[in-house]
Amino acid sequence: MDLSLIIMQLLSGIALGAVLVITALGLTIVFGMLGVVNFAHGALFMIGAYAGLYLASLTGSFWWGLLLAPVLIGAFGMLIEFVLIRRLYGRSIDDPLLLTFGLSYILVEAVRIVFGSDGIPFPTPPQLIGVLDLGVGFFPRYRLFVIALVAVVLVVLWLALEKTRIGLIVRAGARDPTIMQVLGVDIGRVWLAIFGLGVGLAALGGVLAGPMRSVNPEMGSLVLAEAFVVTVIGGLGSIVGAVVAGLMVGISISLVALFAPEMATIVMFALMAVVLLIRPEGLFGVRGRTA
Amino acid sequence: MPKSGSTPKISRRAALAGLSASAALLAMPRLGRAADETIRIGFPTPLTGPFAAEARDQVKCAELAVKLVNDKGGIGGRKVELLVRDDKLNAGEAATRTLELIEKDKVHAVVGALSSAVQLAVNEVTRARGVIYVSISQSDTINEAKDFSKYTFHEALNPHMTTAAVARQTLKKGMKVAHLVADYAYGHEMLRGFKRAQTAIGADNVGEILHPFGAADYSTFMPRLMSMRPDVLCISNFGRDQANAIKQAVDFGVKQQMKIVVPVILHNQRLAVGPDVFEGVVGGANYYWGLETQGKSAAAFNTAFKAANGGAIPTDYGAYGYSGVGSLLAAMQTAGGTDTDKVVDALEKLQYDLTKGPQHYRKCDHQSVQSVLVLESKKKSAMANDNDLFAILANDTGSDDMLRTCSELGHAT
Repeated sequence: MDLSLIIMQLLSGIALGAVLVITALGLTIVFGMLGVVNFAHGALFMIGAYAGLYLASLTGSFWWGLLLAPVLIGAFGMLIEFVLIRRLYGRSIDDPLLLTFGLSYILVEAVRIVFGSDGIPFPTPPQLIGVLDLGVGFFPRYRLFVIALVAVVLVVLWLALEKTRIGLIVRAGARDPTIMQVLGVDIGRVWLAIFGLGVGLAALGGVLAGPMRSVNPEMGSLVLAEAFVVTVIGGLGSIVGAVVAGLMVGISISLVALFAPEMATIVMFALMAVVLLIRPEGLFGVRGRTA
Repeated sequence: MPKSGSTPKISRRAALAGLSASAALLAMPRLGRAADETIRIGFPTPLTGPFAAEARDQVKCAELAVKLVNDKGGIGGRKVELLVRDDKLNAGEAATRTLELIEKDKVHAVVGALSSAVQLAVNEVTRARGVIYVSISQSDTINEAKDFSKYTFHEALNPHMTTAAVARQTLKKGMKVAHLVADYAYGHEMLRGFKRAQTAIGADNVGEILHPFGAADYSTFMPRLMSMRPDVLCISNFGRDQANAIKQAVDFGVKQQMKIVVPVILHNQRLAVGPDVFEGVVGGANYYWGLETQGKSAAAFNTAFKAANGGAIPTDYGAYGYSGVGSLLAAMQTAGGTDTDKVVDALEKLQYDLTKGPQHYRKCDHQSVQSVLVLESKKKSAMANDNDLFAILANDTGSDDMLRTCSELGHAT
């Protein structure tokens, strides 16, 4: 087995992990701050891909789709929070879980009705078609772009949470919402924004995945399972955890694919089982908040 | 007439006679109805899941076959009804639905299923209950003595004949061949077929990778496949897996290094990823609408389908729905009804030409002997219109020589 093959395999794993990170991030943020397990996350990922495709064909440019779809679907997420989820805060964790579970069915069925259940082609943007010679082998330009974009989104997100006033309110709100209310912060607006952000990230994942897969109404169901696994490994609610676990899962899948391809899907769940046995709260999870 | 004042006396004998007469009278309408009772065909198919596009086309075509028979007055005056059920691409679900169709809906025969594993589950149920099953999905094992029964018919192509035809067009002596294979019955059977054909041609196997069924990402297999440096990459998977695998292989620049070959090239999946991705991909097919320039039956089938479906054209797996149900109904027509033994006998003797030229079920294993097409996906600029997807590289006329011998399958000869 030569080194260049292993490097290529690592790179495939990182690209795969990048999409996992983006989708798991939205899930973990919403859980960490709102305590809502969003089962509609996969469906919103799929809606994001459709929205991106629709906007791209409307404007004639992939880039508008990439920019606008997360914003629009994020706004749609805020509407969901405002109309539906808001009513369930303070109740058992099962209530929002069941609500979003039902919502995912409605969204998938709605897309089937509007766009049909066949797959639709999502063309790769012309600037990113083809492969780049990395010296050790050829790698698709688009996947390199996905790695770079996800890195940028992570840096921006980290800066926003750690270095801005809004970020401070969000972090404080996650720790103790009552104190925040006493201090005169409208915590409802913070939650609204957080849910919108989580959904926007799901949609971004969907648009990014579009040109790598065909777009179809069921594309979100597998993603939801993967995002949950990553979230559990990283620790529910932990942003750093989502990033580390996402990359870890991506690279594990890729390296296992090299030696035992049939095992490539199972390795993810095996990893989760091991982490749960050793650290039930996940790699970066808070003790007491177990999966 | 009883005299007034006395209670009317009815002897026990008279009562019995009266009772049986009224029972016969009650039964009469049932007997009378049996003759014009509808003929019910059960049709399990995966309406949801990764093969949904192909499944829906099967239903449309099966409905067309039923409609054409009903328009001509049905079979012996009886109308035909198609009972479609979603098997969710799950063997257990398919077995339950099939059992329900037989026990509750009292179907006279079953046609359908779209996965090699699921059709075997349907076949288990139908053969145990002596109900005719016409399978319309690729499988080699269903014809082998172990799974076969006199009620089992296989209208679809099988992996052996498909891969042989595709290999003949794409492989040459000394070529290096790599395989990416879905890890379930369909993939395994296609791989077996390709390897047999490779050996016969003298091509070398340089490696095989099994991927999980229904995977969305294939990128992790690409570096290794490319490091094998094959001349031809055979991708043996189905439905959305085919679209995703080919798309990602193309993203990795696989087509610059090797030719991509698939056992079955799917109309709907070509539509799902577009002409640029599929350009130059070669694969087998049971049917392509473009056959209409070569044969009368294809032209007639296309015309009937277009008329019933707002101008849309029929697809490959759709055509199975038409020929599967159509051949069964033709046999019922000959048998003059639904008597199972008579219909089995009629199917074995049937010569039919519904979509692409003459076909018949081989006596020993009930495999439909039929032509195999080999298609190549066209470049966008070479397409005359949106439906002009493929060029026909070969149209191998059906013959017994394409099939494994009856004795190899374990049947008494």
